[in-house]
Amino acid sequence: MSQEAANGGSPRGRVLTLENMNPNVKRVEYAVRGPIVQRAVQIEKELKEGVKKPFTEVIKANIGDAHAMGQKPITFFRQVLALCSYPELLEDDKFPSDAKNRARRILEACGGHSIGAYSASQGIECIRQDVARFIERRDGGIPSNPDHIYLSTGASDAIVTMLKLLVCGEGRDRTGVMISIPQYPLYSAALADLAAVQINYYLDEEKCWGLDVAELRRSLTEARKHCNPRVLCIINPGNPTGQVQSRQCIEDVIRFAKEEHLFLMADEVYQDNVYAEGCKFHSFKKVLFEMGPEYSSTVEMASFHSTSKCYMGECGFRGGYMEVINMDPEVKAQLIKLVSVRLCPPIPGQALLDLVVNPPQPDEPSYTLFMKERTAVLAALAEKARLTEQIFNTVPGFTCNPVQGAMYTFPRLNLSQKAIDKAKEEGQIPDMFYCMKLLEEEGICLVPGSGFGQRDGTFHFRMTILPPTDKLKFVLEKIRDFHLRFTQEFS
Amino acid sequence: MLMFAKGNEGGNFTPVQKGGAFTSKSPSKSRSKSPPNPAQCAQDKNRETRALSSLSATRRGLPKEKMSENGVVSRAKVLTIDTMNPTVKKVEYAVRGPIVQRAVELERELSEGMKKPFAEVIKANIGDAHAMGQQPITFFRQVLALCSYPELLNDTTFPEDAKSRARRILQSCGGNSMGSYTASQGIDSVRQDVARYIERRDGGVPCDPDDIYLTTGASDGIVTMLKLLMCGEGADCTGVMISIPQYPLYSAALAELGAVQINYYLNEENCWSMDISELHRALDEAREYCNPRALCVINPGNPTGQVQSRQCIEDVIRFAAKERLLLMADEVYQDNVYADGCQFHSFKKVLFEMGPEYSDTVELVSFHSTSKCYMGECGFRGGYMEIINMDEEVKAQLSKLVSVRLCPPVPGQALMDLVVNPPQPGEPSYAKFIKERTATLSALAEKATLTEQVLNTVKGISCNPVQGAMYSFPSITIPEKAIKEAMDIGQQPDMFYCMRLLEETGICLVPGSGFGQKDGTYHFRMTILPPKDKLQILLNKVKEFHEKFTDDFIASNQNAPGLKGQEFLRRQSHTGLQQLKSPDSSLAHQWNEVMRSHSISCSSAGPALSG
Repeated sequence: MSQEAANGGSPRGRVLTLENMNPNVKRVEYAVRGPIVQRAVQIEKELKEGVKKPFTEVIKANIGDAHAMGQKPITFFRQVLALCSYPELLEDDKFPSDAKNRARRILEACGGHSIGAYSASQGIECIRQDVARFIERRDGGIPSNPDHIYLSTGASDAIVTMLKLLVCGEGRDRTGVMISIPQYPLYSAALADLAAVQINYYLDEEKCWGLDVAELRRSLTEARKHCNPRVLCIINPGNPTGQVQSRQCIEDVIRFAKEEHLFLMADEVYQDNVYAEGCKFHSFKKVLFEMGPEYSSTVEMASFHSTSKCYMGECGFRGGYMEVINMDPEVKAQLIKLVSVRLCPPIPGQALLDLVVNPPQPDEPSYTLFMKERTAVLAALAEKARLTEQIFNTVPGFTCNPVQGAMYTFPRLNLSQKAIDKAKEEGQIPDMFYCMKLLEEEGICLVPGSGFGQRDGTFHFRMTILPPTDKLKFVLEKIRDFHLRFTQEFS
Repeated sequence: MLMFAKGNEGGNFTPVQKGGAFTSKSPSKSRSKSPPNPAQCAQDKNRETRALSSLSATRRGLPKEKMSENGVVSRAKVLTIDTMNPTVKKVEYAVRGPIVQRAVELERELSEGMKKPFAEVIKANIGDAHAMGQQPITFFRQVLALCSYPELLNDTTFPEDAKSRARRILQSCGGNSMGSYTASQGIDSVRQDVARYIERRDGGVPCDPDDIYLTTGASDGIVTMLKLLMCGEGADCTGVMISIPQYPLYSAALAELGAVQINYYLNEENCWSMDISELHRALDEAREYCNPRALCVINPGNPTGQVQSRQCIEDVIRFAAKERLLLMADEVYQDNVYADGCQFHSFKKVLFEMGPEYSDTVELVSFHSTSKCYMGECGFRGGYMEIINMDEEVKAQLSKLVSVRLCPPVPGQALMDLVVNPPQPGEPSYAKFIKERTATLSALAEKATLTEQVLNTVKGISCNPVQGAMYSFPSITIPEKAIKEAMDIGQQPDMFYCMRLLEETGICLVPGSGFGQKDGTYHFRMTILPPKDKLQILLNKVKEFHEKFTDDFIASNQNAPGLKGQEFLRRQSHTGLQQLKSPDSSLAHQWNEVMRSHSISCSSAGPALSG
């Protein structure tokens, strides 16, 4: 019947149109690669074609893409990957023996000793074992079971998979998922795609983007009126906000999750990216287990990690894992089945993850170089975190929290009413208007705060701290100049 | 007959309402001997251990909520089988299903020194060429090594063409590193190379790189396209036509998306060909209860190995145009054509040869991958899709959707680039490349013939020619007695058959029921990938097994097989492999089908097919 209606006499349209496509997909938004980035790509093309601009290159500070910003890969990792790709190189004496050993071990775990074979859908077994040992070391000996480790295609893949498992019910019974505002828009995009209910809890900008349990309670109570809240997502260290949670705060969150019967999802992909003095990364799992069996044997949790961030920044390999804790065994079987449909995560990414969790050891030939490279990256990031905060806080109309961790700054912009009105006139959200103008005038690509969510009436942008120090300085100064100009123009 | 996604195959029980203490709605065809016992159920540990080892625990009617003795609902987990996504529960993926899990377990048992009637498990369940000993193409791996560790560009042992490819790929990567994200649609220069490849393949039919989307294997592209198509509720719900037998990615994706699966049957008697009248039948029936919007075609066929004729493709395109269906052409086996007189024709080429009436209107998406053909690089998860005549607004939505996952893995993109832009005559790596490529493809052709020949010598097995792809999907005759025994333990007869084959010979195949088949027919899918000598042994073992299996069950016709069935049930429920395909009411129905089917496979199908 519907078919006839669709066909009935009307001029022949396409099978698939904006009107009859998946409505959930239409609701998906992903600002990190949104309109402003598309415009940036276009401008790059224009520059290449010789169009005159007030700048010579577009600087994409919109995304945490370390290598694109000039960071060099860790030598040892790439040596092993080359050996795995082309095992004839195992005969080459240019490669250190520890790299060869790692490569042999990975290849032996692959079907036909080739990284071209599919692996188990959950990931190569010996890599899951290495991940489990890594987690145990990290968490001071708290046991980790390789069977609870799922390798993934970047952390995003695993996050979406977990959310997918959790979604059920209709109307007021529909699964609600608590996410921080500001948030990393993968979460809102996945929730839109899955037609789950997004429950916003606000981070406290005045307290360095701290997480406040009273706010969690407020948002949960409100949400219970219209959906079934079942999940609490935390990003620590924070994206885009750069805060690092205290141990106390994590404990409070765990207690809250238990009390309120919520599944915890801990996005910990920036776990090595902690810069501020007095700050330290505490994994949710470690804190959970330190709180005793009342918690550690009941609270359901998944934690996520990736090869894309930290000191390695290997985004392109799409490596990652999740560890599931206290998951119902029947659900686990369903999870295994679900991931099997996609066959397996990319093997080069799995191999890389193995190296991340099992890097050169003090007695191995590659250790010195590895440590030197790793330390250099992390020290430079710490310096850039400080530099960013310092310079931005000298700009009148900017308020910038310290970048305690992760890879971004998320300063607050004071925009005049005139600027806000002008943006509205152009049909744009004020911070999008601001960022678009910055892009057109300075060639700097940032993501407007509205893409991450922010309190009504406040405006922000997200900028990565990844460009090399001198370039970063240059970018920060350009943004400052632009802001002064912008303020003057709309005063 | 309704063909809702998996709905009529059972196994998907009505989700239990929230808060319900017991699953009163769970199937009554319970194999547990006593009614649920609340006290027992309060014992978490018991339940967990049981559930750990058996998926089917709830299916046998165990309570869903833990209750204490005074009837107060104690705190269950946040995420349980009853409160998880119901569409995920409906997903089935036989290629990595229970039989493969058992195979992995057997491997472990062997390595722990357990005695088995075989020395190794041969996994012929999946098209995983390298796992079966196929060597990678040297040139591809050289370039990948160079891209991974660019210091090797100074190494004189690498050929110049490998170096120049690597340089070109690295130059298109942010910061000249494969560790950068790429554009979500894929690296520009790789998409350009893909477009040129398609143009060459299709005799010059133009291809726009903007219509190419690189993907994480073909599966990723297929699921993404299906997702875009999904809309409507009830009778307006999107229906998608898929072949039966099908590659179960399709049924799995449709189940997960909540789309309606519309089955059209391939004609086994005619070498698994596609028949337009069958498409019409399936479509007409489906229109009564859903909104059919897409037609999926796998060519060369998986699991059926047929290669479509140009005429057939034209008919399909005409059908899609007339019935307003978006065409999805899964062409990942495009280089895997072996049979004389068969040739791969891309849907796109045929579409454009049919003139603008079709080429300007029919919406087509075609998929390719690095995992199959002569390269068999499954682990890299490389692939692309080409979209034709897609609405510009939808395309923008597609680009947005793929951006959420950031980008396909870059090594896979690089590999895709090499596949579409291999060494050219005049380049130093050309001769070796062609030699390796030809060796693989001709070995596959030989193995395709060998498989068909050997299987067709077995009484009770009939095998169509493996014209292309990487699998044979023979029809097997299963004795009535065996069918009955399978039903008794709640298994599909071909699952029962394959499970027994695995336990007795160590050979891992996928039962036809995992791909779908005409009621009452039974098949298995086997890859033709093992090295020739190994394949020969494997085929002989299958032959011996089949003969023995048939003898056993015909001989035991008078005497009950005794412990065999029980033993299987015990083992399988212990390892979580039991599959109760059908809830309560359909048992009688299944029985009827079994009886009917048995007579069919003995009379009509048998003689017609055995070669």
